[in-house]
Amino acid sequence: MSEMAGVNRDLFHLPEEPHHPEGSSTMLGFWMYLMSDCLIFAMLFATYGVLGTSYAGGPGPRELFDLPLVALNTSMLLLSSITYGFAMLNMTERRQGPMLAWLAVTGLFGLAFLSIELYEFAHLIHEGAVPQRSAFLSSFFTLVGTHGLHVLFGTIWLVVLMVQVRLKGLIPANCRRLMCLSLFWHFLDVIWIGVFTFVYLMGMLR
Amino acid sequence: MASPMTVSPFAVSPLFGRFTLESLPLHEPIVVATFVAVALGGAALLAALTKFKLWGYLWKEWFTSVDHKKIGIMYMILGIVMLLRGFSDAIMMRLQQAIAFGGSEGYLNAHHYDQVFTAHGVIMIFFVAMPIVTGLMNYVVPLQIGARDVSFPFLNNFSFWMTASGAVLVMMSLFVGEFAQTGWLAMPPLSGIAASPGVGVDYYIWALQIAGVGTLLSGVNLIATIVKMRAPGMSMMKMPIFCWTSLCTNILIVAAFPVLTAVLALLSLDRYAGTAFFTNTLGGNPMMYVNLIWIWGHPEVYILILPMFGVFSEVTSTFSGKRLFGYTSMVYATLVITILAYLVWLHHFFTMGSGASVNSFFGITTMIISIPTGAKIFNWLFTMYRGRVRFELPMMWTVAFMITFTLGGMTGVLLAVPPADFVLHNSLFLVAHFHNVIIGGVLFGAFAAINYWWPKAFGFKLETTWGKRSFWLWVSGFYFAFVPLYVLGLMGVTRRLRTFDDPSLQIWFIIAGFGAFLIALGIAAMLVQFYVSIRDREQLRDVTGDPWNGRTLEWATSSPPPDYNFAFTPVVHDGDAWADMKARGYQRPISGYRPIHMPSNTGTGVILAALSVAFGTGMIWYVWWLAVVSIVGILAVAIGHTFNYKRDFYIPVEDVTRHEDARTTALMGAVA
Repeated sequence: MSEMAGVNRDLFHLPEEPHHPEGSSTMLGFWMYLMSDCLIFAMLFATYGVLGTSYAGGPGPRELFDLPLVALNTSMLLLSSITYGFAMLNMTERRQGPMLAWLAVTGLFGLAFLSIELYEFAHLIHEGAVPQRSAFLSSFFTLVGTHGLHVLFGTIWLVVLMVQVRLKGLIPANCRRLMCLSLFWHFLDVIWIGVFTFVYLMGMLR
Repeated sequence: MASPMTVSPFAVSPLFGRFTLESLPLHEPIVVATFVAVALGGAALLAALTKFKLWGYLWKEWFTSVDHKKIGIMYMILGIVMLLRGFSDAIMMRLQQAIAFGGSEGYLNAHHYDQVFTAHGVIMIFFVAMPIVTGLMNYVVPLQIGARDVSFPFLNNFSFWMTASGAVLVMMSLFVGEFAQTGWLAMPPLSGIAASPGVGVDYYIWALQIAGVGTLLSGVNLIATIVKMRAPGMSMMKMPIFCWTSLCTNILIVAAFPVLTAVLALLSLDRYAGTAFFTNTLGGNPMMYVNLIWIWGHPEVYILILPMFGVFSEVTSTFSGKRLFGYTSMVYATLVITILAYLVWLHHFFTMGSGASVNSFFGITTMIISIPTGAKIFNWLFTMYRGRVRFELPMMWTVAFMITFTLGGMTGVLLAVPPADFVLHNSLFLVAHFHNVIIGGVLFGAFAAINYWWPKAFGFKLETTWGKRSFWLWVSGFYFAFVPLYVLGLMGVTRRLRTFDDPSLQIWFIIAGFGAFLIALGIAAMLVQFYVSIRDREQLRDVTGDPWNGRTLEWATSSPPPDYNFAFTPVVHDGDAWADMKARGYQRPISGYRPIHMPSNTGTGVILAALSVAFGTGMIWYVWWLAVVSIVGILAVAIGHTFNYKRDFYIPVEDVTRHEDARTTALMGAVA
């Protein structure tokens, strides 16, 4: 933009409409939304940091967390990120069929992650480790549950996008949406790395 | 009014939740009278709209509009309407405090009075100051950067309606149930379910959460607009200063509002699900709420004042007929304030046991923030120095701001000294301080901006006689209303009191009440000013589009600007782009128009916002079916909207030619 200044000091307007590619601000805008979402997680991490040892005489991480299960869950989410990457590679190659297939696999990994998380929650609640039991459990369920809600939302979004790609093909609008969901999906992976490290691994060290 | 006992979220009527006929405040004569007045006024308005067949026009041209200018005006109208509500609360408090002496209970009972001061704070910050600030940025920024609209026009419409939805919930609480009685930040454990079992705090939570979605999205939108949509040649350091302050404000919004969202979500979990975040039991920590809410709350005050610093910069430069003094230092001062805004939050609770070292750190950062602010004041003064200053209304408001805000800033630095704060905290001195900066800064800035940009928005200037009456009533009213509070605060009177024992204090409250009365007249004079200006619009007409001899691009187009803002995208060579164009003999093109690509209107924003009101109502009243139905509805409408790929159209070249030819004729008439 700025290189145009100085070219012609007497040019005060463009004779032709400048070409703004449709949705040229979308990636920037979506990135900023993600950063704001990241701040919500930052607050929940901070809350967990403050309250994570307030057991109120109730159970703590050592008694509650089942690390092999969490490792399995983590691998589901990490694999879903890889398969989303494969989908995006196919998108740039404009191979719609394989791309949709990889998206479907991604969605299945997402559902597997959610199922395991729900199983873990059900187990905890069955043990009496309910969110109301202590500040530690309140902040644990809120942080992990908020991440889970995001994955659920991402999965719904993924299904909607698959339908839209089937309807309209890989038009620029759909590719842009797939890029946004890609950012969102990998973002959730990064958040989960934080959850896995700070909540589960460091919890077991306490 | 809710029953005093805690209602279990699930032991309620499946159809109506915890709503019963007792929830209607029929035993409060003041509320009933207000309700009757509002209902009659509302019915008259609706009848008039129907009689003059304005519904279709409003729906098509305004409610569903994605035009940043119309959305900006709707934000301003929302802010001014809510100002009337917020001010009614203020004058009720002033009257109560002026008469509740010597055993008199005044006329407001404690339950009502506590709602009034809470609603006053919430409304003035979230539903007056925020809509006015957002409205100004929406209207002015795209014009100043030579753009046709914002980056995400639909999102802009949606953001406005979400803000309006929050306002609807706050207004609803006046007549259905109650509002929070906790003060404007709803600190737990007072705002917890045990101490506040009624619907008041829930109204507070959902009004702010729903409006917060709008605020956050409009923040994202305006950052993307400023970063991506500037006219060719407009480098960052050639942006008008108002765009710089808007950029910093929106960065603050995107970086601060998620904190509010998170902390209110945690408070809701405590209230609805019985978790233990901010409780005194089970390991909860109420101080964490205080920290978190102020990590949002302090940046919030800069979100309100920074755009106004931009307004004052534009006004001072225009009405001094000079380039702004120290543009670069103004940009850096704004950036420094943006960063420091996050490093001072603890000064809101020096007395809460953080210890001397922590208090010293936050006291010093707070004092440092007055340095860039002081630099700005000097920049404005030096801009005026040896300028040919025209004391039009916007400039009068600016001068009043400079004097008033400097006083408020100085009392702020006093409060920044922790030992002094131990004496003054929670007193009327504090109340006087923040009204001094918010009225003297944000509101005076809003009035300067309204007088400055009104001719751009509507094509005629505001009338000056009533404008000056309003100005003098507001400014003198402010000093009468708040200087007594400084005095009372120094004498140790704490805030939020309903009755007083010491009769020697009464005279100060009477003077403050007189000040509030002057402000009431000032508001009335402003409404008269609007009315007289609209009535006499032909005499006040400006056809040039540049009534003040402006310096920035918004004055380069017609007033009001066409939907597409500029027939041709301007090319910028100088910080004061329009002043540069005028100085170098710019000739407006009168042929060669092209069709212009524009976004289409959509009703989705209104529908989503209406569903959000339904969702909020369901959550507040424990009407679970309504909450579930409306959240499913929100998802369905949002997803449905993404299946609409046709979101734009071209304004045909004939329409552009017709608009521009009319302007050519008007300009020739103005010259002749």
